[in-house]
Amino acid sequence: MHENGERIPLTIADYDRKAGTLTMIFQEVGKSTLEMATMKVGDEFKTIVGPLGHPTEVENFGTIICVGGGVGIAPVYPIARELKEAGNHVISIIGARTKDLLLWEDKMRAVSDELIVTTDDGSYGRKDLVTVPLKEILETRKVAKIWAIGPAIMMKFVSATTEPFKVPTIVSLNTIMIDGTGMCGGCRVLMEDGAKFVCVDGPEFDAHKVDWNNLLSRMTFYRDQEQAATARWKESHKCNLDRAVAEGVK
Amino acid sequence: MAELSKKDRMKIPRQDMPVQEPDARVRNFTEVALGFSKEMAQLEAQRCLQCKDASCMEGCPVEVPIPDFVGAVRDGDMAKAVQIMKSKNNLPAICGRVCPQEVQCESRCILGKKGEAVAIGRIERFVGDYELANKTYAVKKGAPTGKKVAVVGTGPAGLTCAVDMGIYGHDVTMFESLHTPGGVLVYGIPEFRLPKAVIGAEIENAANALGIKINSSHIVGRTLFIDELLSEYDAVFLGTGAGLPMFSPIPGINLNGVMSANEFLTRVNLMKGYLFPEFDTPVWVGKKVAVIGAGNVAMDSARCAARLQSLGMGNGGPGSEVHIVYRRSSEEVPARREEVHHAQEEGVIFDFLTNPIEILGDGKGGISAMRCIKMELGEPDQSGRRRPVPIEGSEFDMEVDQVVFALGTNPNPIVFVNAEGLERKRQGTVVANQETGRTTLKGVWAGGDVVTGAATVISAMGAGKRAAADMNEYLKGKTAW
Ligand SMILES: Cc1cc2nc3c(=O)[nH]c(=O)nc-3n(C[C@H](O)[C@H](O)[C@H](O)COP(=O)(O)OP(=O)(O)OC[C@H]3O[C@@H](n4cnc5c(N)ncnc54)[C@H](O)[C@@H]3O)c2cc1C
Ligand code: FES
Repeated sequence: MHENGERIPLTIADYDRKAGTLTMIFQEVGKSTLEMATMKVGDEFKTIVGPLGHPTEVENFGTIICVGGGVGIAPVYPIARELKEAGNHVISIIGARTKDLLLWEDKMRAVSDELIVTTDDGSYGRKDLVTVPLKEILETRKVAKIWAIGPAIMMKFVSATTEPFKVPTIVSLNTIMIDGTGMCGGCRVLMEDGAKFVCVDGPEFDAHKVDWNNLLSRMTFYRDQEQAATARWKESHKCNLDRAVAEGVK
Repeated sequence: MAELSKKDRMKIPRQDMPVQEPDARVRNFTEVALGFSKEMAQLEAQRCLQCKDASCMEGCPVEVPIPDFVGAVRDGDMAKAVQIMKSKNNLPAICGRVCPQEVQCESRCILGKKGEAVAIGRIERFVGDYELANKTYAVKKGAPTGKKVAVVGTGPAGLTCAVDMGIYGHDVTMFESLHTPGGVLVYGIPEFRLPKAVIGAEIENAANALGIKINSSHIVGRTLFIDELLSEYDAVFLGTGAGLPMFSPIPGINLNGVMSANEFLTRVNLMKGYLFPEFDTPVWVGKKVAVIGAGNVAMDSARCAARLQSLGMGNGGPGSEVHIVYRRSSEEVPARREEVHHAQEEGVIFDFLTNPIEILGDGKGGISAMRCIKMELGEPDQSGRRRPVPIEGSEFDMEVDQVVFALGTNPNPIVFVNAEGLERKRQGTVVANQETGRTTLKGVWAGGDVVTGAATVISAMGAGKRAAADMNEYLKGKTAW
């Protein structure tokens, strides 16, 4: 973002070649995303680089399922769209913690033959985790392939859900990255056949070969520092209203 | 300075480099070696015997006229020293700091046969720093030739090639995958050994004077391709280095706390993680760190770790330790002698003839220990060094919470997408003519670590220079492909 910034990986949710624009969706979870949320139209990033990794392979597989969780709905959207265009019967399952965090329902509906919406708290759609409808479909219908993008823990459970049915399942991983060029190995994920670099070999991997516990553990490695940085940023950017209120109370 | 007799000159001792004291410097990232004063540089230059057939020059991969520039320093004509230096070496402030002089020029110095060699590297650094401060020398762009050249990678190989091509009058555009140019000089070698300001100044001066365009955040092989470059440019130079890290094929390498030296050093240097949270990139250091390997990369990792520990980052703080774990003996250590010496002074512990065989987990995703085996030296191997062989039954566990692999690197293959006809060897290095840098793909030259595998700054510069000379001949129609 700036001279003191860090390099973070974001998935491209949409693009428009004619307008020359990229769409990325991010959730404010740490210092960098909080800071990004303060940017205004016309502000600039110091640098962006991409697209990196390998594109999704699209063909007509038959009936496929696209699972999107939270901000993962955004990057699953272009995959669903391309798969639909290629003639697949697209079933989409999108889920969020709560109604307010659910995004792109209309866009997803437009590119899906069937759409199921879930929320953890039942504030909208089915009160379920995405894995519940997923399992129901797999029990009754023949599905050629599944794509799942969302929080690592969701992808882990999607993987566990689809494995007994032996349906090929592809996940898009977003591990901790620095360079994104294969130079540091910080992004590596342990697969059945050894470590792979997500930035170069990915982002898509066979869900059933991923060592999920190792992945989840690696994602937390810098958590203390990340939390400290977030707290520090919030402290120094308390909005004037907050401060005024705090002072008023005193 | 008054002319001294040879005998008097022989009496002058080799001048020591002023340095920051070890206990102060392990708490900061500012430069360790402080550089010669003018007086020291001149005194040291007096020691040079000005040999006619100077053998020191044979030890220099870019053939710097050593006695001439040392003579100019002795006479106090620094501008002349700069000019002589720059005729062969564009980056003396960098080379003076990082070249392994003890195995190059200084190893050939006649004085070294009986006593101590002239401190050529330290005088070189003085000349480089003098130029950065005084700007006496301006590179000039040659008359425009109308030819366009693409240089991929902004490390020493790419930079040297780009500068020479600019001087020849070609229109040069550089492509760099990271957001800052400089290659290993900016992402690998730490601030306390090579300040970023020195590199930045060298690159900026050259690029401005020669109108070289630097496109950062352009990953060739991902966001643009070699075949595209070939259709847009008259010649392409690949100086993409050897950036792919290697891990030992042992169990446990994916535990938290196990990382490549590239990751650790990039976080610390390029991203300035040592200034976290002023800078956003976090870096973590263990209480007991094992660095595997004993090259420059290992020394830099160990010394960064020691500093982060002293600053109390991660699990650091009082009682922390950094170990260099090396499977051969002290004799075979490939790092620059000065770095080993500095690391020792800073408290880094060396465990020779020791090889890791497994990294053990703490059950919470992190590391509890590293299982090692003791080694002994056997028969010489291909490299001429005695091969380390494991001593059966000598396994032991070393309690550590961080393991940094500094085992060397191979070329990153990402650049070779859409480059049909560009041959590579088994290790992934590019096949290129040693004299000219020509690859097996017409219009593409290569040099530096991408051809040789991990080597040195000066050898990369030499390759960039030779390739530029050949490219120039080719572009002027003097040689066919
Ligand atoms: C930590 C460390 C310490 C070292 N210490 C010393 C020392 O003290 N003395 C010494 O002589 N040598 C030292 N070396 C070795 C020396 O730095 C290298 O030999 C030298 O930098 C090689 O130069 P190069 O130009 O070939 O490649 P590099 O310096 O590696 O530069 C290559 C550049 O190309 C870029 N690149 C790669 N792929 C692409 C792509 N696809 N598209 C666009 N750009 C790309 C990279 O980002 C990089 O900037 C050290 C190396 C390391 C890692
Ligand atoms: S992010 Fe560094 S290798 Fe993938």
